[in-house]
Order: sequence, then structure tokens, then C-alpha cells
Amino acid sequence: MEIHVIHYLVVSTIMMFCGIYGFFTRKNLLALLISIELMLNATNINFAVFNRYLFQGQLEGHFFTLFGIAIAAAETAIAIAIIINVYRNVKQILTDDITDLKG
Amino acid sequence: MEYTILILALPVLSFLILGLTGMYMKHRVAGLIGTLSLTGVTVLSYLTAFEYFTVPRTAEGVFQTLIPWNFQWLPFNTSLHIDMGILLDPISVMMLVVISTVSLMVHIYSFGYMKGEVGFQRYYAFLSLFSFSMLGLVLATNIFQMYVFWELVGVSSYLLIGFYYTKPEAIAASKKAFIVTRFADLGFLIGILIYGFYMGTFTFTPEQEQLVKCGMMLPLALGLMFIGGAGKSAMFPLHIWLPDAMEGPTPVSALIHAATMVVAGVYLVARMFPLFIGYAPETLHIVAYVGAFTAFYAASVACAQSDIKRVLAFSTISQIGFMMVALGVCTTANPHEGGLGYMAGMFHLFTHAMFKALLFLGAGCIIHAVHSNEMSTMGGLRKYMPITHITFLIACLAIAGIPPFSGFFSKDEILTACFQFSPIMGWIMTIIAGMTAFYMFRLYYGIFWGTENKELHAHHTPHESPLSMTFPLMVLAVITIVCGWILPFGHFVSANGHAYDIHLNVQVAITSIVVALIAIALATWMYARDKQPVAEMLAKRFATLHRAAYKRFYMDEIWLFVTKKIIFRCISTPLAWFDRHVIDQFMNFMAWSTNAAGESAQPLQNGKIQSYTMWFLGGIIVLTVMLLVL
Amino acid sequence: MEILTFQNIVFSVVAIAIAICSILAVTTGKLLRSATYLLFVLFGTAAIFFMLGYTFLGAVQLMVYAGGIIVLYVFSIALTRSDKDMNYKISKARLFSVLATTIIGAALVLLLLFTNGFALNAIPLGDELPSREIGLALVGTDKYQFVLPFEVVSVLLLACMIGGILIARKEK
Repeated sequence: MEIHVIHYLVVSTIMMFCGIYGFFTRKNLLALLISIELMLNATNINFAVFNRYLFQGQLEGHFFTLFGIAIAAAETAIAIAIIINVYRNVKQILTDDITDLKG
Repeated sequence: MEYTILILALPVLSFLILGLTGMYMKHRVAGLIGTLSLTGVTVLSYLTAFEYFTVPRTAEGVFQTLIPWNFQWLPFNTSLHIDMGILLDPISVMMLVVISTVSLMVHIYSFGYMKGEVGFQRYYAFLSLFSFSMLGLVLATNIFQMYVFWELVGVSSYLLIGFYYTKPEAIAASKKAFIVTRFADLGFLIGILIYGFYMGTFTFTPEQEQLVKCGMMLPLALGLMFIGGAGKSAMFPLHIWLPDAMEGPTPVSALIHAATMVVAGVYLVARMFPLFIGYAPETLHIVAYVGAFTAFYAASVACAQSDIKRVLAFSTISQIGFMMVALGVCTTANPHEGGLGYMAGMFHLFTHAMFKALLFLGAGCIIHAVHSNEMSTMGGLRKYMPITHITFLIACLAIAGIPPFSGFFSKDEILTACFQFSPIMGWIMTIIAGMTAFYMFRLYYGIFWGTENKELHAHHTPHESPLSMTFPLMVLAVITIVCGWILPFGHFVSANGHAYDIHLNVQVAITSIVVALIAIALATWMYARDKQPVAEMLAKRFATLHRAAYKRFYMDEIWLFVTKKIIFRCISTPLAWFDRHVIDQFMNFMAWSTNAAGESAQPLQNGKIQSYTMWFLGGIIVLTVMLLVL
Repeated sequence: MEILTFQNIVFSVVAIAIAICSILAVTTGKLLRSATYLLFVLFGTAAIFFMLGYTFLGAVQLMVYAGGIIVLYVFSIALTRSDKDMNYKISKARLFSVLATTIIGAALVLLLLFTNGFALNAIPLGDELPSREIGLALVGTDKYQFVLPFEVVSVLLLACMIGGILIARKEK
């Protein structure tokens, strides 16, 4: 049995919805961030797989993945900086406790 | 005659200047601005009258109707449009002269009368506004423009009655005047609308086919318009506001509530006269009956009043009744003679404006001197105020109908017209004329003769008024003396436009003079002496009647009963209940349901990013499913 | 038809590892463990890139994600002292709705995948994308070349480096 595009996509779907589940159930900001990383990785896999299987000879998906990784890195860095700042100010990083900006 | 626009522009200009910057002016400056603009108006009015009446008559022998200014304001269709313009015809030119003369005199007089009053500038601003509105009313080219200015006149009257707005009586009086006239104006408005709807035009002179189209609705429209006129002209039973309107400053009473505004109703009937006489003679006769009853009622009330301004107010109502009667008794039987009443009514309007303004201004001088309106505080004033005394006497003689004063001539024409209509009407009006003479001389003797109220005058001797106040009295007195026999009034104003030679009907004239003389003699016998045993005896003997007359036959109480007990209780209260419990509750329910919807949707907006994304994802899923299924 | 080829075995192992580690990463009670499972998922992702022949991409994934980001996570977990029990109280209704949303969404996506009818073409084994080609595409200015995004990402990274420092430093 050959491995097709579908097999990869099933894997990425599982990853994606694990991320979504985590995003909904977790309350710790860092855990939320981890869930987001899962979702990002799932999309990255999709880009690469589509590029490789369906559009051989082109490089867009590959580079999208590359830039995605770069942006994910940037996003994580900023998010963690913010989380640390929040922790410093309210000594908690649970979503229920961070309500100062709520109207 | 394009300069006639200035007649309207000058007062409105001075109104704006005085109204906007008056409070920074000295009293003298503000008064001068108002008076100067009115002087300009007066000069222009006289010039207009001179030019208008010296132009030769047309081939039909009438003065041409001129419209020097007109612009279309609100067009509905080709024939139905509301215009603003200036219409010159004999009666409007005549009214121009009357209004500008009296208004100028009042402006001059007010210098002395209102001296040092708070709000002097405001007073002059309102006088300008009133002059503008009244001039606009008489110069209106169509019924709707007339209505617009009619309301403006009502507003300025309201403002001037309530000039002393710190006095509760003045506020009540101004509200009463406004509400009663508004109530009557409703009839006027409905009449105008019926007129415009069925006739298809607002002009005073509709085409023949438009008249045919209107048919039976025309008498109704004219009758409703007369209700408006009756309100403004204080016809029974809508007269109740006029006596109370005397709370305003006396010059205002002279200008608005004696000479000009209150005759607007007469002017309205005169303006619509061709339609009345041609298509609704029955309505015209109703006008006559209403006028006659009002004249009688007001004359009988005037005999018992003690406040001199009230006496004059009821005499005004009575005299306006005379004018209405004069218009109302016109018939088409004889085109020339039958229109005598029209000429007589207009003539009486003219002379009455002069001598009644004179009476009011004289009363103003007296009030100025003794600081009271009550007749009991007066008496014996002839020694202190010679000019006022003489001019007042002249006016009294004029209103009583003694030759050669102007009132005699106009009243005589009215009585002649009444006798032509029916002898009963003629005799009734003659008797009312006699009553007029009686109560006027009762007033005269009460003020200038009889016992002096020494106690009251001890610390304050009455004195003659300054020249600014006596000068208008003298001018008006001269006009009152001469205008009856110098002015060929019938040459200028008549029902069909043709020159009409005023000739005394000797029989009628002698009758009326005799009646007037008897009445004066009676008044002299009863009131001229220091003690008045006859009057007191009569008052005691007919106590109920005297009291009823003093209370104006309880008309105010009847109105209060009708409004408070019947209208308020049976109509307004249920409506208020409906409003409060149905309409308001419905609105409250709307507000409540909106609020509740908001409250229940509010938790969705909880500020939690996770629940937002969950809704977002749920939405995506639903949309995807929909796309798949459809 | 050979089922147990080397490639199939490797893919199966990787796929199962990714699935299990993903689920564990979002269900485990300890944050540090969660980060560790994420690390395994990232390794798996890198392995998938390798299998696809994107060696460079896999290397970047390993270096940036597994090497950089995970370390960042571990440090921040330690800094915020949040490696505690994460058994938060979540209401039954909420859990149910989350599960329903997730499962229905996943089912929907899988349904779409299987019914879409992707082209069933295979890829040559061991045929990797040459680095030269990647390098040329990354700095070329022609069509299908990416110097502008490359520069933009460079600036973005610089900006977020500065921003991160600015946000996280102590207030004076």
C-alpha cells in the first residue's frame, strides 16, 4: 500500500483537533500556547504535503512552511514575553484571573 | 408702488435690531429706533394711500387692485399655491392708514407711559413685531398668507399681554387670550383647508368655475373662517379673552385690543365679502345676528363694570359687534344701496380705531396719574388733567354718536343699513347705541366728575401727563373731530367699488341723536353729582341683575364649566388614562423587551477568548454543513 | 502488494506517535509533561518532513522548534512556577460542548478528506529537494522566488526580538 496524501492529512487533522480541544479546555496560558503550536504544526504539515504530492516542481508550500515556522517562533517569543509580564503583575497566568481588561 | 415692501421691511428690521441688541441700548435709543421705523411706515402708508386713490378709476369705475409684490412660496399644483405678497385695494390701503397712524401714536405715547419700565426695549421690539404682523395681515394676497400673519398677530398679542410676566394675572390673561384665539383659529384653519380643497385656490378672487366646483361647501368654509374672525374680534361667546387682555400695558390695549388686531375679524369678513354676499348670504346674516347679540351683551356688561379698562374693553366688543352687524346686513337686493353696510362697517372701523385708541390712551393717562384702574379711586380729575379731560370727552361724544364727531357719521350709516335690512334690527341697534352713550358717560362722569378721592390723593396729587403722552391724544382728538365730515369715505371704500356718496338719512340721524342725548342725560342725572343715590338704589333694587352684569353674566364660569367639567372630565381624562396605561405601557414593554434581550445576550460577550473561538468554530461547522447539504 | 515496506512501517510509527503524543499533550495534568509531549510531536513533524524529502525544512523544524521554542517553554514554565496540577474544574456542559464541537469538526474534516478525491500519485523515494534550489529561490527576485517575504520575515523576527525584550524586562 502506497502512502498517499490522505494519510498525512489524517495525521494533521488529528493534530489540529487535539490543538483545538486543548485550546478550549486549558486555562493556563502556556498550555494554551502549546495547543496553538499543535495547530500551527498541523497546518505546516498540510502545506508541505500538498506541495510535495500535488504540485511537484513548485516551492510555494515549502516556503510557506518555512515562513510559518519563523512566524511561529516570533509569535511564541512575544507571547511568552507577555505571559511572563502578566505573571509578574498578577502572579497568575490562568485565563479566569486575567480580567482587568474586561469591560 | 414697489416701495410698499418697505412698509413690511421697516418694522421687521427694527424688531430684529431691538430684539437682538436691545438689551445693550439705552431706553431712549431703543424707543427712537422703534418710533423712527414706524414713522417711516406711516409716511409710506400715507404716500401709498395718496398714490393709490389719486390714480384714476378704471373704466368700470372702481379702483384697480394692485399686487406690487408676489412670490410663489409653496406650490401644490398650478392653481393651488401659497403665495407671499402685497395686495393693494381700497380696504387694505385704508387699513394701512389706520394701523400706521394708531401704531405711531402708541409708539410716541409709550415714551411717556413706559418710561423707566424694566424691559422697555423688549416692549418696543414687540410693538414692532406686532406692527409688522398686522400690516402683513392686511396686505395679504391670499387667505393663507393672511392666516400666517393672523397667527403672528396672535403671538405678538400674547407677548404684549404677558409683558409684565412677573404678574400672575398677566400670565393667566396672556394664556387665556392665546388659547381662546387658537381655539377659534382652528375653525379658521379648517375653513381655509375646505376652501383650498374644494376651490383649488387660496386667492380671494376665485374663478367662476372654481366657485361652481366648490358649490355648497363655500358657505361652510366661510362660516368656519368667521369662527376664526369671531375669536380674534371677541364675538360672543369667544369674547372672554379680551377683558382679561387689559392686563397688558395700556398703550398695547389701545393699539392691539381696541384699534387694530381685534378688528382683524371684521377685516376678514370684509375681505371675503364678495364671496359672502354672492354665494353665502345666509352665513352673512348669521354674522349679523352674532354681531348684534354681542353688541347688546357687551353693552349691558359695560354698564356695570368698575374697572375703566374693562369698561372700554366691553365697549370695544360692542362696537366690533356694530361693525359685524353692518357687514352682515348687506343684501344683494339693490347692488348699490344693499352694500351700504359694507361701507358703513369699514367707516366705523376707521373712526372707531381712532376714537377708541384715544379713549384707551386717555385711560392710560388717568391710570398713570392715579395708579389704579378702579373707578372708585378717581373722580373730580377734570381739574388736574385738562387735556386728557377734553380729549376724553371728545372721544366719548364720538362714540355716543353726537354730531359733528366722527362716530356719529359712521354709526348713522350703520343704523341706516340696519333699518334697510329690517326695522327690528334697526331699532335694536339704535337702543344699543343709546346704551353705548349711557355707559360711556357713566365712565366719563365717574372719572372726571363726582367726588374726589381726597384720602387717596392726599400724598400724591394727580397731574397732567407729559407732552409725549398728551400729543398723541391731541392728534387723535383732531382726527376724531374732523374725519367724519371732511373725509369722503364712501368715495374710497364701498361694496362694489363705485364711489358712494354718504348722505345722512335724516330720520335715522334724528332718532339716534335723540336716543343718545336721552342716554347722556340719564347718565348725567345718575352719575354727574357727588352722590349717586339713583344708581345705588337701582343697583340695590336689581341686585341680581347688577351682580350678573358685573360678573359678565357668568360667561367665564360657563366656559370653565364646559372645559373643566365636561371636556376635561369626559374626554381628556379617559384619553389621559388611555395614554398612560395603554400607549405608555406599550412603550415600556418595548423598552423592557429590548432590555431583556440585551440582558440575555450579555453573557455571550464575556470577554473570554476561548468561548469566542468556540462560537466561531461552531459557526464554521454549521456553515460547512450547510454548504455540504445544500 | 507489499504492506510492510520500510516506508510504511516508518510512517505508521510516526503517525501513531504523533497522534498519541498530541492527545497526551492536551490532556496531561502537568504542564512540563505537556511541553515534552509537544516536543515529541515536533520531532514527528520533522520526521514527516524528512519523509517528504524536505530535508532542509525538517532541519529547520528541529532547530527552531525542538531546539529553540521548547527550551523557551521550559524556561517560562519554570519562571512562572506553573508546573502544577492542571486539573481545572470544567463544567460538564462545557466539556460536553467542547467534545462535541471537536469530534463533530474532526468528523466533518475527515469526511471531506475522504470524499474529496485527491490525486493518488506517489512520490519518488529518497528524492530530496536540493539546498541549492532552496537557496536560489529564497534570495531570487523573479516569479516564484521569495526574497521579499524572506526580508519581511527577517525584519519581523528582529522586531519581535526587540519587542520581547521590551515587554519582558522589569519596569524601572
